[in-house]
Amino acid sequence: MLMKYLFAKNDEIPAGSATIFFGFSSIFWFVVGTGLGSFNAAKLAFPDWVTGTELFAFGHMRQVHVLAVIIGWISMAFGMTMMYMTPALGNTKLWSEKLGLWTVFLWNIGLSLGLLLLWMGITSGREYNDLIWPIDLVVIFGVLLPLGINVWMTIAHRKTQGIYITNWFFGACIFMVMIVFLVGQSPELFNLTGLTEAYLTFWFAHNVLGLWITPVAAAIAYYTIPKLTGNPLYSHRIGHLHFWAIIVFYSTPASHHLMSAPLPEWLKSFASVEGVLILIPAVAFVANILLTMKGKWTMFVENVETKFSITGVLLAIPLNMQGGFQQTRAINWYVHGTGWIVAHAHLALLGMSSFLEAAAVYFGLQQMLRRKLYSLTLANLHYWFFIVGFCIYWISMTIAGLIQGAGKIYEVPYIDVVVAEHPYMIARWVGGTMVFTGNVVWLFNMWMTAREGTLVPEGRYAHELAYER
Amino acid sequence: MAFRRHKFGSAGIGLMFGFSMCITLFGPSNDFRSGVSTWVGLDKQLSLGRVIGFSYEDPTVSGDGKPITVILNKDPKTGVAIDPPIRAYVYKPGVKFSPGVNHPELLGPGVEDLSMRDGKISSASMSSGAVFTVSKGVFNDEEVDYIENASATRGWTPDKTLRTAGDANSRYVGKGKTIYISEGCWWCHTLLPEQTQDWQMFGQPPFLGDFNGEMPTAFGSDRKAPDILHVASRNSSREWMTMHFFNPRLVQPNSIMPRFDYLWGKQDANGNSIDFAKWRADYSDYLHGKRIYAPEVPEPARDSEVRALIDWILTSLK
Ligand code: HEC
Ligand code: HEM
Repeated sequence: MLMKYLFAKNDEIPAGSATIFFGFSSIFWFVVGTGLGSFNAAKLAFPDWVTGTELFAFGHMRQVHVLAVIIGWISMAFGMTMMYMTPALGNTKLWSEKLGLWTVFLWNIGLSLGLLLLWMGITSGREYNDLIWPIDLVVIFGVLLPLGINVWMTIAHRKTQGIYITNWFFGACIFMVMIVFLVGQSPELFNLTGLTEAYLTFWFAHNVLGLWITPVAAAIAYYTIPKLTGNPLYSHRIGHLHFWAIIVFYSTPASHHLMSAPLPEWLKSFASVEGVLILIPAVAFVANILLTMKGKWTMFVENVETKFSITGVLLAIPLNMQGGFQQTRAINWYVHGTGWIVAHAHLALLGMSSFLEAAAVYFGLQQMLRRKLYSLTLANLHYWFFIVGFCIYWISMTIAGLIQGAGKIYEVPYIDVVVAEHPYMIARWVGGTMVFTGNVVWLFNMWMTAREGTLVPEGRYAHELAYER
Repeated sequence: MAFRRHKFGSAGIGLMFGFSMCITLFGPSNDFRSGVSTWVGLDKQLSLGRVIGFSYEDPTVSGDGKPITVILNKDPKTGVAIDPPIRAYVYKPGVKFSPGVNHPELLGPGVEDLSMRDGKISSASMSSGAVFTVSKGVFNDEEVDYIENASATRGWTPDKTLRTAGDANSRYVGKGKTIYISEGCWWCHTLLPEQTQDWQMFGQPPFLGDFNGEMPTAFGSDRKAPDILHVASRNSSREWMTMHFFNPRLVQPNSIMPRFDYLWGKQDANGNSIDFAKWRADYSDYLHGKRIYAPEVPEPARDSEVRALIDWILTSLK
């Protein structure tokens, strides 16, 4: 079906096709990515499980997991939400469904190819930037640019007067992440070396998280929560505070990832001050959304999409508190490079961000398919596997990180730390596997929704209908 | 629409984002440029070559087209003994030079000047290959290390130098670091003892000038294993390393490090094919108490990946 549409005339493609393909691709990559994560976790707990071939070696799989979840799941879910939220907020149609479909198509091809190469060990050796530069160019010009054009043109052709905060985020974040990708590639393209390379690697990593993964996730919540609850956003002005504070404060503290490297001291100090200032957008966002919920808190229990979305927002609280403080010199030296950071990374990506996107994907797919969710029970199962699994993961890695930190200052031989961490490695594997299982359930539920979900009558929203299963 | 808010907004985004890029990109680049290469920095870049990781010369990231480090105890041209032995970095014809040779400004003030004046690096040619060494000199009353193009200053050719050293004194350091990258060792290990508390366990943190010309640096951000920047000064046993890579549990029963037996390839040092299945069966017997000793670990072949990896660890990580 995708093939048919790729070469059809734009007007003949039903509205929402791009959203649907994006949505299912993202869930697919979520299943793959978390499956790989669970496999990796097993390798760290039981190193002699599946050995003898490089294809299943931890060092070959870890970056595949990370990029599958970031570029496959999270970013595709972003693409999906952009395809339906941007036009809806501008009271218009998507500028080009066809371009949207081409974007999904190229995205899936490019990502599969990139991950395959990484799996074979063909890498640039730069964390989060592991893809080799030809693939990165595909990401920039084959994926981000078309996505951006579609979003920018849709915003430009809007039929409303103002621009809603979500669209501000969408438009700006695509632009910024393209610049970040281009600058991030410069060490490979121009052979920049030494500390410049090290710094740019983490400049890239920081900005991809800060100017893409977290703000776009927040932008999504600015749409889903008012839409689901029917309440207007508490304050558009606080939303703008959030937006502008992200651009100013989040783009600067990249060097807090390298606090113990011989970088210029002024840069590290600057970074840790700016890093604390990230709390401004963070608090603005959380407060704004939670105040929007006023009078509708029962939906947190009764409606799955709201449940996912608000869980994500609540997880943003510990996330930002950790983030703001763990990068100051006083604390960073204790937790740097330990499992604490892995826990924090999963709190951001698997916790806050993934929950917000899952809500938007649930909502958007029902909306575009015009079908009611197949089964509430399965959705709740997904939710509980997801949240319980995540909590096990997060708690166990945080403890493991604190053990490692203690090991650092008391200078115990490293192998004793490895032994002490072992139970938590097993717990992490159990938690991660629960998340993976939940996702398989989700994929099934969504597939059944597309096939058998009750049709939603014209003019109604899917979440207004009663669940049937 | 009198007030064009999207125009105003877009300009604002450009301005603010541009401003923060200036601070975070332009600012530090000045500091990095003033870093003077140390001996460690020069040794690293000369032994690693242009790029580790994906590149034109090594698209499969398997360590092709890298320089070879040799330990010389006599002069390849004159045959005069060199005591103590020195390191030379052999670039066979066609092997790409390290960044500092092509762009001496990367070496930092002083090192750049001496490498050009006394080291004659600008006369090195890629098509005929070259041999480099690191020498000591004085610049503005300060002692600095600089790169010497021994092909120009002492007439050492790549071929002769390799022959003089022989395989026993050749170290495949560039290839070794490539394996470190492609096998993902850096997802568990770090190459950056932290400035605050790692001195006792993992040794001295690196300096500003230790990295000029290295690409990628691969510090690693997530430590599940010891920092190995100075591992060779803790443990320089080739035998231990060999056993440890084949199966870490042979020497450290509680290790979570993966087995890297597949880096041995198909044959051992004597050209016999390695029977992994038998080894595993014997090892399993040993674990179950049916054997007293663990099976012998095969000796790595000359051109095996694990040989290069151990070369890199024992030569570079001191
Ligand atoms: C799953 C994580 C993991 C991976 C991947 C890994 N290691 Fe290790 N490594 C460890 C752990 C844990 C130890 C400490 C216990 C031990 O000695 O085995 C260790 C120990 C070492 C040591 C000895 C350190 C010391 O202080 O004595 C060296 C050298 C080493 N590894 C090199 C490597 C190389 C080279 C690779 C890649 C081919 C690699 N490791 C991949 C986990 C890992
Ligand atoms: C089944 C669920 C998951 C499991 C079992 C899992 C497991 C893992 C493991 C074992 C690692 C390596 C950590 C380490 O090096 O110590 C890792 C890293 C990472 N994972 Fe996951 N993961 C899961 C889901 C996710 C999801 C959904 C995301 C994001 C959306 C994610 C993002 C990351 C990131 C960013 C890293 C790198 C962390 C770092 O830099 O240390 N993971 N994951």
